[in-house]
Amino acid sequence: MGLVATADVIVVGGGLHGCSTALHLARAGASALVIEKNYVGRHASGVNAGGVRTLSRHEAEVPLALAALDLWYGIGKLVDDDCGFEAHGQIRVAENEEDAASLQQRESRMRALGYTHERWIDANELFARVPALARHCLGGLIAERDGAAAPYQTTQAFRRKSESLGQKFFEGLRVERVQRSGDAWTVDTDRGRFTAKTLVNCAGAWADRLCAQLGEPVPLETFAPMMMVTLRMPKFLEPVVLGTGRPLSFKQTLEDTVLIGGGRRARVERDAETTELDFRELAASAQTVRDLFPIMRAAMIHRGWAGIEARMPDDIPVIGPSATAPSVYHAFGFSGHGFELGPIVGRITADLITTGTTALPITPFSITRFAGTAAQT
Amino acid sequence: MNLAANYDVAIVGAGAAGLAAAIECAHAGLATVIFDEQPSPGGQIYRSITTTPLQDQSVLGPDYWHGESLLRQLESADVIYVPRSTVWAVTRQDGGFEIGVSNDGAARLLMVQQVILAAGALERPFPIPGWTLPGVMTAGAAQILLKSSGLVPDGRVVLAGTGPLLYLVAAQLARVGAKIECLLDTTPPGRWRAAVPHVFEFLASPYFAKGLSILRDAHSAARIVKHVERVEALGTQSLERVRYVAGGRTAEITADLLLLHQGVVPNINLSNAIGCEHRWNEAQLAFVPVVDAWGASSVAGVAIAGDGAGIAGARAAEARGRLAGLNAACRLGRLDTAARDRLAAPARAELARFSRGRAFVDAMYRPADQFRMPEGSTIVCRCEEVTAQQVIDTIKLGCTGPNQMKSFLRCGMGPCQGRFCGLTVTELIARARNVAPGEVGHYRLRFPIKPITLGELAALPQTDASVQAVVRIGKSH
Repeated sequence: MGLVATADVIVVGGGLHGCSTALHLARAGASALVIEKNYVGRHASGVNAGGVRTLSRHEAEVPLALAALDLWYGIGKLVDDDCGFEAHGQIRVAENEEDAASLQQRESRMRALGYTHERWIDANELFARVPALARHCLGGLIAERDGAAAPYQTTQAFRRKSESLGQKFFEGLRVERVQRSGDAWTVDTDRGRFTAKTLVNCAGAWADRLCAQLGEPVPLETFAPMMMVTLRMPKFLEPVVLGTGRPLSFKQTLEDTVLIGGGRRARVERDAETTELDFRELAASAQTVRDLFPIMRAAMIHRGWAGIEARMPDDIPVIGPSATAPSVYHAFGFSGHGFELGPIVGRITADLITTGTTALPITPFSITRFAGTAAQT
Repeated sequence: MNLAANYDVAIVGAGAAGLAAAIECAHAGLATVIFDEQPSPGGQIYRSITTTPLQDQSVLGPDYWHGESLLRQLESADVIYVPRSTVWAVTRQDGGFEIGVSNDGAARLLMVQQVILAAGALERPFPIPGWTLPGVMTAGAAQILLKSSGLVPDGRVVLAGTGPLLYLVAAQLARVGAKIECLLDTTPPGRWRAAVPHVFEFLASPYFAKGLSILRDAHSAARIVKHVERVEALGTQSLERVRYVAGGRTAEITADLLLLHQGVVPNINLSNAIGCEHRWNEAQLAFVPVVDAWGASSVAGVAIAGDGAGIAGARAAEARGRLAGLNAACRLGRLDTAARDRLAAPARAELARFSRGRAFVDAMYRPADQFRMPEGSTIVCRCEEVTAQQVIDTIKLGCTGPNQMKSFLRCGMGPCQGRFCGLTVTELIARARNVAPGEVGHYRLRFPIKPITLGELAALPQTDASVQAVVRIGKSH
């Protein structure tokens, strides 16, 4: 006899989005149980770069990212944990005229849309904010309220707060089948059966498998952005620094180690849930870092890793109701930039479930945009 | 001499297993490269055998000097031997493996078809109060200093722990004039009963006579206190005294150097990071890679030989190295299975002979719980200074595995990547959760398994001409 449990909502996937959904459901008075195949925060949610970034978001994501940022500024009240959140800004640096032109164009575009959170800064301000930066840089685009947080700590904080409000978490269970029975959903796992009126798909890099069962296949691609971290270094950097022409995300953590990411990819084996680092690609990241931060030449690289994530063809997530199945909601496919959105997307999904609507514009994220496209196997 | 971009087989570690594997691979005609972190071959057991200043063979004993025969065979084999090199990554690529290796401050990548890991053993962590004080080190580290530099500790030496190596080091240090105050034997009373089922095998094994002579030498070298239940290193800036409890009585000894040892465990850093399957071995209280009779791991093309695949000692390691080497030649089509099996017969016989008695040693010298699972403010993770109590408290927060512990406490996140604390953390979690250590698992280790500079990494990929200090042993071309 396996586990048997019932709640108002079953959330599949114990990443940040699943935990956030459970938390916001609890705040709205709905019970939820979260089913996680490994442990909470095992993949992308626990091991990402921790960027809390509104800077250079896809235009459709900007309203969500700004709403999420307000939640980040009150994160301690929301989850009783500071989540390691620190706001020293994020800056995308221009290494040449072409970079500068594209960043200035971006600033104009944001202004035209009525947004003021991204601002061009000249070389003087740039070097004042990032003294260790190589002097060939020409300026940068800054989002001053942006910052960074500790991803695993954050995911755990959302989980713990949810649990303290009565939500249940089941770890180490694999979903085998979901089916409609009457006006409820039955979720069969390798260790028991769960039922609920509503189902939420927060299954990240594996979310397309649930979609396929629901009869709405999506072209989800898995990828694993590589990261590496150094041993501790004397403090030399406050903001998060991003590359423009070359992929890079660069920050010094609360522990004074330096975290280097930016989207260069490891090889992924999705079924085995393993990744294989590509050292030639990491070498390219190291070259970018060496060029931008001469102080880093002697830094000791200590560990490299890659978290498995889901990417959609248009690089924005799927958020909102299923198009084929009643009482099913999706939140997946964040394409490498879902961490900052975690606090708000959980609220959007909870609002959709408990009130049938959300104040934020989510039409661009509808799963219907993939109707008729072939799914990756 | 430069490294080529491709080899048939790469061997990691030039100890007994690695050297034997290299010899067999080269004899079979495989293009063979062997990487080793030390400046000269021999591993821990035959460390500095080509260079040691201790030329009086009675000091280090005949087991040590047996290594010369391996070196002679290596010299006549066509093997690229790269001393002072650190393999920091092995990743699967194009049906083979890409090796990331650094040598004299330069990193490079090269491709191989087969990998033989011969990374040997590490001393088991010995987390007692005060073990991080200057003046406290492992007995193995003291032996390294003796073998490689002839360094004899001055001042008052206390040894504590269990197992044959502790007694061997005591005897070796006494022979070169170290002042040994006493040896605190932490083997619990009654271990004989656990070991009795294995005693006849032990009596028939090569360990028996050797063990007797080591015990005799150690007894004449030092006062031995049996059944020690607790050991603490005391001092403010560095070690001043050792406090111990034996038979319910507490005593203190003034000491300048405390050498700790409670056996060795497989060094699984590379095999873990590669993704080879490991299992908890309850007899050896350690994670051991799953390998077949040829040392082949769960990852096709990766073999593990020697103590890295389970502790069995130097002579068994040599035999396991030969078997892994022969199998690599077979996998690459240089030997058919009949030839492989024929050539393997002597190594199989050696392995059987030198495996006898191991079960006795494991049972007899099984380290006591309180010396493996510390309490309170005793440091568990030296790099990040995480205490046993912090680990226990974090388990209560719902942190049920070592990887979550890393994220919570940075435990195991320091430069050693958990080499010093991995087993301790696993066993502490297992006991707190009342489950088997195998269920808790070990840290997932990450490449690079040894830190490399960003500058080195940025310089990849390099041309073939850029790596220096490679020594070609044997036939010149």
